[in-house]
Amino acid sequence: MLVAGQACLIVALCSAVYGAGASLYGARARRPEFVASGRRAVYAMAGASTLAFVLLEIAFVNSDFEFAVVASHSSTTTPLFYRLTAMWSSQEGSLLLWLFLLGVWSSVILYVTRHRLRALAPYAQAVLLGYGVFFAGLLVFLESPFRRIANPVAEGTGLNPLLRDPGMMIHPPMLYSGYTLLAIPFAFAVAALITRRLDAEWIRSTRPFTLFAWLALGFGIVLGARWSYHELDWGGYWMWDPVENASLMPWLTATAFLHSVMIQERRGMLRIWNVSLVLATGVLAILGTFLVRSGVLQSIHAFGASTLGVPFLLLIGGMIAASIYLVATRADQLRSRNRLDSLLSREAIFLLNNLLLVALCFVIFWGTFFPLIAEAVTGRQRNIGPPVYEQFVVPLALLLVLATGIGPVIAWRRATAANLRRNLTKPAIAGLVVLAALIALGVTGSVTALIMFTLAGFVLGGIVQELWRGVRARRAASREPLPLAFVSLVRRNRRRYGGYFVHVGIIVMFVGVAASSSFKEVHDVSLNPGEKARVGDYEFTYVEPTAEIHAAPNGRLERIAFGAHLRVGKAGGDTKLLHTSKDYFPSQDPSLGPVSRFFDGETTTEVALDASLYNDIWAAVAPDIVRLRDRIEEGDRLFERAADDLTGEQAGQFLALALRGLTERYTENPPAARFRLEVNPMVSWLWVGALIIVFGGLVAGWPPRGGTSRTVTAKYAARVGREVREPERVPA
Amino acid sequence: MDPSRKRSIRFVVALSAALLLATALAYTSFSASTEARQPSELASATPAPGEKYQLVGKVVAGYKTSGNVTHFRVRDRDGTVSVPVTYKGNLPDPFRADREIVIDVVKKGAVYEGQPGTLVTKCPSKFTADKSQT
Repeated sequence: MLVAGQACLIVALCSAVYGAGASLYGARARRPEFVASGRRAVYAMAGASTLAFVLLEIAFVNSDFEFAVVASHSSTTTPLFYRLTAMWSSQEGSLLLWLFLLGVWSSVILYVTRHRLRALAPYAQAVLLGYGVFFAGLLVFLESPFRRIANPVAEGTGLNPLLRDPGMMIHPPMLYSGYTLLAIPFAFAVAALITRRLDAEWIRSTRPFTLFAWLALGFGIVLGARWSYHELDWGGYWMWDPVENASLMPWLTATAFLHSVMIQERRGMLRIWNVSLVLATGVLAILGTFLVRSGVLQSIHAFGASTLGVPFLLLIGGMIAASIYLVATRADQLRSRNRLDSLLSREAIFLLNNLLLVALCFVIFWGTFFPLIAEAVTGRQRNIGPPVYEQFVVPLALLLVLATGIGPVIAWRRATAANLRRNLTKPAIAGLVVLAALIALGVTGSVTALIMFTLAGFVLGGIVQELWRGVRARRAASREPLPLAFVSLVRRNRRRYGGYFVHVGIIVMFVGVAASSSFKEVHDVSLNPGEKARVGDYEFTYVEPTAEIHAAPNGRLERIAFGAHLRVGKAGGDTKLLHTSKDYFPSQDPSLGPVSRFFDGETTTEVALDASLYNDIWAAVAPDIVRLRDRIEEGDRLFERAADDLTGEQAGQFLALALRGLTERYTENPPAARFRLEVNPMVSWLWVGALIIVFGGLVAGWPPRGGTSRTVTAKYAARVGREVREPERVPA
Repeated sequence: MDPSRKRSIRFVVALSAALLLATALAYTSFSASTEARQPSELASATPAPGEKYQLVGKVVAGYKTSGNVTHFRVRDRDGTVSVPVTYKGNLPDPFRADREIVIDVVKKGAVYEGQPGTLVTKCPSKFTADKSQT
């Protein structure tokens, strides 16, 4: 399998090298057969990388420790689901995932557009295959997942327990799908620039891929945040870590592009801006991949052992240089045909939205790379914390929400006073009603949160108004019942109304972020069984300690869990029993004693969480096992003395008894345990908002029935005619 | 107003706003940032009283926890010089000997006091496979 896997990678590399050369030659020499051959090389690269991916998965499932990567990232006690997903917790496996996804998505776009974009396809193929050469080259020459282990082991190290979370295991494939899908618009943008075919056709053809890249990347980011909140013991979901920032930056520029591209399609404006955004997004996606592997920045993730920094820097440098050269030499053809007519127009608000998104991206870029900037200026690395980010991100986000409310309802080209009055009065009233209600309810603790909630009311008011107007018009024309009219309305203009749903999701998320960051209550406390602590309106009672030994399906010990039952509720109200624990996973370190290795390996906190739309009750325990240390060390000494007298089976039985004795000692004579107790308002809104965004994105990006063509009926032509006469009512 | 003059004014306003944002960002970043130091740099220098540093290094074996206070030493990533640190609060799950940490510290007497909530232990999970095995 090792040889077969390595052979697949070599085939993928050779296919990519040949395909890139054939595509470029075919384009230059006008030999379509070479271009077609180049496209088939993309399929071959996808096939070979898929086979390599499957072979490595089989090795993980079978716990084949002949593979070095399997021995260092899996074990026989790792549950099957996590063995299947342990691949991308390794450098080698994650690079293979990148190549596999790149091959699949590239094949899909090239197949879909095989009869279109004929002039652009060869160059786009060459760019995509260039990515393939880079990643397959890394896998073949620097980080092969098919390396044989030098000293065979009976048991692997196991997947880091912190990563044993379903969301975390889906998070990397989603992020990588985002990154690899973003390579597609980048490749077509480069092709459009090379061939100087700079109309909106390539944008229209790649738009669904950009949208799904944006969705996948965004969903991946949210999954990472949810993992952090559920699995880590600090109770937060975002800490402005460079690795988090690295995924957010291309998402922000992709968001900007998805908005500004509408202006190019409709008015032929912002062409330099749009192509620059696509190129920047492509570069930022690779920058994100570089950041998590180079170790150039201090991060919660330890990537210092990686040697891939230089190749990635060369790739990024090449991408930036080529992008600047292509845009600069095509600037004349990229000039807009039209000008901004008025600052009170949809184009202007979309441009403002773009500037805000790019400003946000710049702030995050600056903060992420500030240690290197400071070192260059002062000679010493300096770091900034979340308060600096928040000082700039919060006002920009508030302005962005305001633009989100105005953009969809304001007229194209030039809005009149009547248009503004007609479209903005009701949303403004909705915002003011929200503000008044919150003040009446006494929610006045944070001005920022109040502004965000008011703006959220304004945006949602605008969307409801638009939907209602559309449904009303639809009912008047078709006499359909209300729900059917709503569905028909959305189906007839998925892009517009899908976009509205996305806006609803974004607003729901922003409300969740504002509420949870402004009104969160935290208490770190040490409690004995029976003692209580108060957090906000809630009372937490440490009811009793718990201790459990968990075995893997193969009978081997997987982990020992020391925890606590907590009773939580408001004074005089209903209470709930919650459980939190700290899990101790055995270490494979041979220098540790036979008993102590069960307590000195990796640990992970299992959080107690009672989530609702109103607030989350969150608790994490840090048990004190210091009192057990003397018994653990005594156990080590006993086992060492008796090691020669015990058979393997006897040693296992005695060890099980010793561990049971330790867990019983903990529960019978429990020490005080430390707890982090939190009441987090409206965190669930983040996850609900993310689901709404995914739904809206799917609605907006779903291909229309019968492909992209549309039969022009007399009725449709008449509607287009009406829309042309009434530009302010034309769908976005 | 002449459209080209209007465009020029808009451009100047937008550029001014961008410059203002960039200047504010640079000023705030430098004034609110924390200097990163390795243990050997802290040990060889005389830190100013009350000055906050971001200490980066590895946890030395033999740390002790009593109540919610942990006493440990941090050494250079590739060296043996270490400095004593106390930290009050829950330790992150991955915290243990030889793990790389990042923590904001202030010197109090002979010891560096960790600032609450700033202790980060780097995730050992990814991309650090022991190449000596292969």
